[in-house]
Amino acid sequence: MAESRVIPIVPLSAARAEVERVLTICNACRYCEGFCAVFPAMTRRLSFPAADVDYLANLCHNCGACLHACQYAPPHEFAVNVPQAMARVRGDTYADHAWPPALGALYKRNGLVLSTALAAGLALFLVLAVIKQGSLWQPAVGGNFYAVFPHGLMVGLFAPVFLFVVFALAMAVRSFWRGVSPGAASAPAVEEAARDALRLSYLDGGHGEGCNERDDGYTLARRRFHHFTFYGFALCFAATCVATLYHYLFGWQAPYGLTSLPKLLGIVGGVSLVVGTVGLGWLNLTRHPSQGDAAQRPMDRGFILLLFLTAASGLVLMLVRTTPALPLALCVHLGSVMALFLTLPYGKFAHGVFRGAALLKWAIEKRRPHSVVMGE
Amino acid sequence: MVDVLVIGGGNAALCAALMAREAGASVLMLEAAPREWRGGNSPHVRNLRCMHEAPQDVLVEAYPEEEFWQDLLKVTGGKTDERLARLVIRASSTCRDWMRKHGVRFQPSLSGALHTARTNAFFMGGGKALVNAYYRSAQTLGVQVRYETPVDHIELRAGRFVAAHAGPLRFEARACVLAAGGFESNREWLREAWGRNARGEWPADNFLIRGSRFNRGTLLKHLIDSGADAIGDPTQAHMVAIDARAPHYDGGICTRIDCVSLGVVVNRDAQRFYDEGEDFWPKRYAIWGRLVAQQPGQIAWSIIDAKAVGRFMPPVFPGTQADSLPELARQLGLDEASFMHTLDAYNAACRPGTFDHTVLDDCATAGLAPAKTHWALPLDTPPFYGYALKPGVTFTYLGLKTDEHAAVHFNGVPSDNLFVAGEMMAGNVLGQGYTAGVGMSIGTAFGRIAGTSAARAAMKETAHG
Ligand SMILES: Cc1cc2nc3c(=O)[nH]c(=O)nc-3n(C[C@H](O)[C@H](O)[C@H](O)COP(=O)(O)OP(=O)(O)OC[C@H]3O[C@@H](n4cnc5c(N)ncnc54)[C@H](O)[C@@H]3O)c2cc1C
Ligand code: SF4
Ligand code: SF4
Repeated sequence: MAESRVIPIVPLSAARAEVERVLTICNACRYCEGFCAVFPAMTRRLSFPAADVDYLANLCHNCGACLHACQYAPPHEFAVNVPQAMARVRGDTYADHAWPPALGALYKRNGLVLSTALAAGLALFLVLAVIKQGSLWQPAVGGNFYAVFPHGLMVGLFAPVFLFVVFALAMAVRSFWRGVSPGAASAPAVEEAARDALRLSYLDGGHGEGCNERDDGYTLARRRFHHFTFYGFALCFAATCVATLYHYLFGWQAPYGLTSLPKLLGIVGGVSLVVGTVGLGWLNLTRHPSQGDAAQRPMDRGFILLLFLTAASGLVLMLVRTTPALPLALCVHLGSVMALFLTLPYGKFAHGVFRGAALLKWAIEKRRPHSVVMGE
Repeated sequence: MVDVLVIGGGNAALCAALMAREAGASVLMLEAAPREWRGGNSPHVRNLRCMHEAPQDVLVEAYPEEEFWQDLLKVTGGKTDERLARLVIRASSTCRDWMRKHGVRFQPSLSGALHTARTNAFFMGGGKALVNAYYRSAQTLGVQVRYETPVDHIELRAGRFVAAHAGPLRFEARACVLAAGGFESNREWLREAWGRNARGEWPADNFLIRGSRFNRGTLLKHLIDSGADAIGDPTQAHMVAIDARAPHYDGGICTRIDCVSLGVVVNRDAQRFYDEGEDFWPKRYAIWGRLVAQQPGQIAWSIIDAKAVGRFMPPVFPGTQADSLPELARQLGLDEASFMHTLDAYNAACRPGTFDHTVLDDCATAGLAPAKTHWALPLDTPPFYGYALKPGVTFTYLGLKTDEHAAVHFNGVPSDNLFVAGEMMAGNVLGQGYTAGVGMSIGTAFGRIAGTSAARAAMKETAHG
């Protein structure tokens, strides 16, 4: 194992050193091997250099099961808290692999960055609206958004931001991927990783009853609210894509009717996103205090809040589209969306990309022979 | 007054409390430890030995009653009560559904211990997850639990339980289950039991306790002093050789040193003292604690070379590492000349064979005493590693004599309302030796019996007014 390592051995940061310490204890214990992929991946190793730590930390779903089940959890002198140690390293990996590297520091001041982005996004659209129309309170004929913001202007604002987001995240995950290179991805490995990501397999507790939130009892709440959030987001995104196709391919201009595909996708997605983010926010507030990394709560909450605002303002917009409140509602919605997009590569959203990559690494790795073979 | 008082807070106590409550009794549990240390040794357990006639959920193949019984007979050298042992064995085949009902989850054995997937069911998340599940279930069912309530003595009247005392507190109940574990963390008692050896040492002073610091045997001693019938020998305990740097208490599983069979073990005089390759490590695991306890200073060192790395469970603490054997001796503080004499003699005695650490291979020494009968490869590839070993006590065997209703006996007469379960009576089945997972089989079987018996005794009393 060690011989094939091409990555230089770098000194571990404090957070990574703590994961190394904790995993050394876990590797000698292994009682938690049924909970998630982290433990079987761990047993393929005898030591934990930085790249492996980053990989395992991102494979951890922060489900909390291995804290409540740990015989060495505080107040034991070994003070093992895997989810917390992993969460801290995850925070570091997002920052360390961010692109451009200078912006990695944004993770550390995420709360401030989010609020600034939100304020700036809102201000941008409010100002534009006033310039364009001179008023924020007036009926727009038939709920026509383009009367407030022409289609070309919106595309001109959002398309570059979107492309930047995709590029920045791709660069970040590329840097992460280079850490531990388990080999090439086969189709079954990709399939398995995709399935595990889309189903959140590792939030099922290994027994299907879910993971831990406020105490040692199992609950599927987080898995479900995460599904609402993720699939809600996906539906909203799909709504935008379909609308774009309508516009460019068929020349069908918005606004679309209530029963049109973009509208239906948007409404279902928006409601789902609201349900999901409210749930995740509530879980975040009520979680057992020793779970996760308290320092990252502002980032988690900021992201949840922006997602909620985006979805909720979108729904409000739909409700008020024939009233004089349309321009204002549109500004609030577009401002939230802009803030969300601007901060995607430097906030909690990145966890999905890194986790997906870690799941793929695991799906590849588990198909390779074990290099550590214990006797009976 | 509650119907059933359960003293203890580990697996046996929880099984008793749940069964008594299910039978309709009101139940109060008194646990010596605070909430965060609850459960005694049970949070450290990994699996349960289960009889099964055919593959069953997480268990592969079959492990029939007779084979389980023979295994038990072998390890105990006949120091077992066949009737009670068979009762435990049969109960082990049917208890898992009840355990699941109370939230315990099992998992297939994934790594490191595949050979045990036939005989043992592994708890998902280990014993702490099991204990948590039982406590949650107990709470849902309305079992009252008092933490930080160590019972110091019991009021008895003609072999009947009247009340338990914890400091100034007095708890009356119609029936009582004693499930307060062994006495392994009572240092004075261990010292007294092990005595002083010919070298003038008190061996027990160098023992490490693998489990809870709350198992002090207060009640065991008190009951024996009050005339309850005892069974077993106070020096008998499950003892393994663990890393000498392990904590004094609660080191649990991770401090085991798993490389003994891949190298040699020397004592403070740098002498070998036992066949390291006698059998697979899990089978021999439980003999090394006593072996080390008999060595000067109750310490020994497991020595391996680079060839062994990756072939045993990773140790929790790093080994002492050196590029040559003499340097390793110096780093370990062992006499270099004696150490080299031992190692050279061993290396020269290794006969060529086909090394395979996953089977009983044909690599053995010739003309060496003690011999190494398997996996004997010369220690010749740097770096070399040394791990210091000390005796680690898992639990003690001395307990209260009982019967198939789990009753405590006074002069051969069973009490009508005082029962015992778990480590406090395991010696009835396990007079010596150990086979993995049988502690939980005994505790679960007798915990459940004791709970049922206590509920029945309490109800009878209520019915009689
Ligand atoms: C590291 C380790 C690993 C093990 N692995 C396994 C395994 O894999 N499988 C297996 O079958 N067995 C295993 N064992 C053995 C197993 O722990 C015991 O067989 C089992 O836990 C005994 O359960 P019990 O309820 O009798 O005692 P315990 O679980 O020790 O519980 C005793 C309880 O009594 C309480 N108590 C003590 N004194 C008092 C008092 N005076 N008043 C009130 N409460 C009191 C304690 O706080 C504790 O809650 C292991 C043991 C150790 C230490
Ligand atoms: S989290 Fe604790 S119980 Fe689980 S494997 Fe690690 S050390 Fe063992
Ligand atoms: S917190 Fe959950 S996902 Fe993370 S390592 Fe522990 S069991 Fe696995």
